[in-house]
Order: sequence, then C-alpha cells, then structure tokens
Amino acid sequence: MRIGVLALQGGFAEHAAALARLGIAHRQVRVPKDLEGLCGLIIPGGESTSLGILAAAGGLVEPLRSFAATRPVWGVCAGLVFLARDPGRHQTTLGVMDIQVARNAYGRQRESFQAEVQVADLGAFPGVFIRAPRLVAWGKTVLPLAWRGDEVVGVRQGMIWATAFHPELTADTRLHALWAQQCR
Amino acid sequence: METRDVLGEGLARMLKGGVIMDVVSPEQAVVAEQAGACAVMALERVPADIRAQGGVARMSDPGLIREIMAAVSIPVMAKCRIGHFVEARILEAVGVDYIDESEVLTPADEAHHIDKRSFRVPFVCGCRDLGEALRRVAEGAAMIRTKGEAGTGDVSEAVRHARLVQGAIRKLCAMAEDEVAAYAKELRAPLDLVWKTRQLGRLPVVHFAAGGIATPADAALMMHLGMDGVFVGSGIFKSADPQARARAIVQAVTHFADFEKLAEISAGLGEAMSGVAVQQLADAARLAQRGW
Repeated sequence: MRIGVLALQGGFAEHAAALARLGIAHRQVRVPKDLEGLCGLIIPGGESTSLGILAAAGGLVEPLRSFAATRPVWGVCAGLVFLARDPGRHQTTLGVMDIQVARNAYGRQRESFQAEVQVADLGAFPGVFIRAPRLVAWGKTVLPLAWRGDEVVGVRQGMIWATAFHPELTADTRLHALWAQQCR
Repeated sequence: METRDVLGEGLARMLKGGVIMDVVSPEQAVVAEQAGACAVMALERVPADIRAQGGVARMSDPGLIREIMAAVSIPVMAKCRIGHFVEARILEAVGVDYIDESEVLTPADEAHHIDKRSFRVPFVCGCRDLGEALRRVAEGAAMIRTKGEAGTGDVSEAVRHARLVQGAIRKLCAMAEDEVAAYAKELRAPLDLVWKTRQLGRLPVVHFAAGGIATPADAALMMHLGMDGVFVGSGIFKSADPQARARAIVQAVTHFADFEKLAEISAGLGEAMSGVAVQQLADAARLAQRGW
C-alpha cells in the first residue's frame, strides 16, 4: 500500500513524516504519472491559488478528479479549498466535494489560533488553524467529521475527507491513521 | 511549543515549495498571485531601485501595504529596518501576515536586532551562516532566509550563504557529541538550538533562499541546495516579461528536479534583469554585511 502526497506547493513534507511515523509508504505527486498505483492521496495545506495554478499548468486537474472519483482523498486547509465545488472566489479547484467555503474567514495570520476540536470516532483532537477557511454550506451527501464547539471544521463525502485544521503540524497521527484505513 | 511558534512556524511550513515575490503596487500583487506566488512582499521600492537611488530606506507606507493586502488573497509580508521595533509594531497593527526584519532597508540599530518573541505576527530574518541563523531563531524568528545580495540579479551570494549553512549543519551532524558545545561557541549560537539542529539534521525553522535570484534555473539551483522555497525580489518586475517570468519561476520551484521540464519552463522568457555582479560592488554597497 502506498499513499500519495500532492507536492506542488505547501506542507507536503509534514504529511509524509506523519505517514512515515505510522509505517505507511508514500510518494510525492507532481505530475500525472506519479498517481499510478496509489491507493489514496493527501492534498496538503499551502496556498490554494498556487495549488490550482500549478495543477492546471501541469495537466493534473483531470487526473486528480478521476483519482478522487474512486479512491480516498484528504484535503487539509488549502487542500479543503482545492476540493471544493465553490471556493468563494474565482480560482481553479477540483470541485469534487459538494462544499462552499470562505477562504481566510477567521482573518489574517494574527487571527490564526489553536483550539481543541472533536473528531468523530476519535474525540478530542488538537486543532491548529492557520489563515483557515470556513465551511459555509454543504450538500446532502456531505457529513460532518469534526467540530470546534458547534462549528463544523471537518467534513466527509464518501471517501473524500476535508479538514480546515492541520493535524500534520501536531504529534498526533490518529487522524492520518483513521483516514488511511480506507486505503487498500 | 508556544502557540505563537506553532502558528508562525506553521504558516512558514505552508509557504514551502513556493515563491514569495516583491511587489510595489496592488497591480503587481495581482500579477504575482495569478502567476502562483504563495505570498507577496509589499514594498515601495524593490532592492534594485533602493540600490540605484541610495539614501535611507525605511518601512513602506502602511497605506500602500493595506492596498496590496486588499488586492490579493495570499499572505502579505512587509519589511522593517533591523532593530526598528516600532516599525515592526506598526506593521503588526496594519495586519501583515509576516514581517521581514531586513538588511535591504537601512539598519536602525547597529547593535540589536528586534526581540521578536513578544510579537503575535511571525518574523523572517536573513542569515549568512548557521550561527547567524540560530541567533535570529533565538530572538524569535519563525523563518530564515539567506541574505544573498539583494537587487543584483547575481545568485552567487545566496549560493554562498546556503552552502555555508548546509555545510555547517553537515559538519555538526558528523562531529562527536563532546565537540558540540565548542562548536556552538565558535558559531556564537545558543547551545540548545545547536543540539536541536543536529537532531533534526536541518535548521529548526523553514529556510528560504533570497538575494539575487533572477531565473527559473537560479530558483531550482537553490532548491537543490536544500532550500525550502525562494524569495524573488527585483528579478521579476525588473525583467522584460514579468508575467511569464513569474509563472516560470513558480513552476521551476515545484519541478526543480525535472530537467526536461526546466528546459521547457526556461524558454522564451525574454530578458532577465540586467543586474550587477557582486564582485564589482564596493564593500559599502553590500547589503548582506548589515546585521550580525
């Protein structure tokens, strides 16, 4: 079993390190042929505009959409925005997840924060929110996965997961392990 | 780890594999964002113009910085003078996402860098070697960049500084444990950060290249030297076709190890900035010597 980490721009090394701590093999994905043989894909945090521009320039948008149709994908922060049907402004996204998001909705870097979140099946989890997006609305096929108080900060739609916070910036690998259970 | 470090170092981690571009107007900021920049540095003058015009270089007009912040969705950084903690507080109040305590501006304090630990906004600082990098981290910098020689279009100083840092880390990792303390003394760096660097096998914070990067090949070269991403200052908007060059440098940082792709990316970009060779600069014109 090998999991891909989209390595166009952003915090991909941190996800690779989390997978390594779990003993899961990974491969960095920069061009379409890197997707061959992978059983799942993590789209890391970074800048979602950069991800969109680099994916479009490299002919990765359609291959990523096809991949997400049949295999587990997890988008974190900018990765969540990159999966969204509606990113709230004009930019390239995969549009494979029926969510509407507001980018940088909590504010700028000085408004970034840490807060405990509740994750389904895991309970309390450390939440690191950096210039994080907010989930504004989601379709019927989308289920809440994580909460900060009453606010939904993580969702799943079948095998596609998305979180507004960064588990890869903590020492806690439980969410990586839980998501990876779908990969086979 | 303290919250400000988690968040500040965390944002730097999200910039990795990306290009941070100097811009002097909202219009240039939009060009940078559309080319795929992961952040912009808001300035009144790019380093090449600061070099050409001379005089005292200071923090940019907060009004201009705000206009640039309003024009783009990506993080906006701004520079303050070395040691000028009031400029830094003003930039924090403006709400920039990162502050660059920069040798490109005229230093305000010959002896002291800013104590960055009490700020909510994270800082990036320049370095020429491992000791300087770790002194800045000790003061609270959440990100490090090479100083290079800004505004020249000559990448040689950025290469020198990257090699000095990486070479020193390789030496540190290879030496006997009982030699580490003496090496920390030689580096003039705090012992705990020297140990941490040895354990990680790299700087404890994100490390970008800066100073003199003008082509996609320059950017890819810095990635091969172990940098996490690049700053491009004058290299983009002082070139013949800023849009094409900006896009190409963004692609080059992602695909730095794919030489076929780099050949494709590097074609048809028009003239790079003309620049000035660092060897021909008088000592007084060398910005990298500012700070300690």
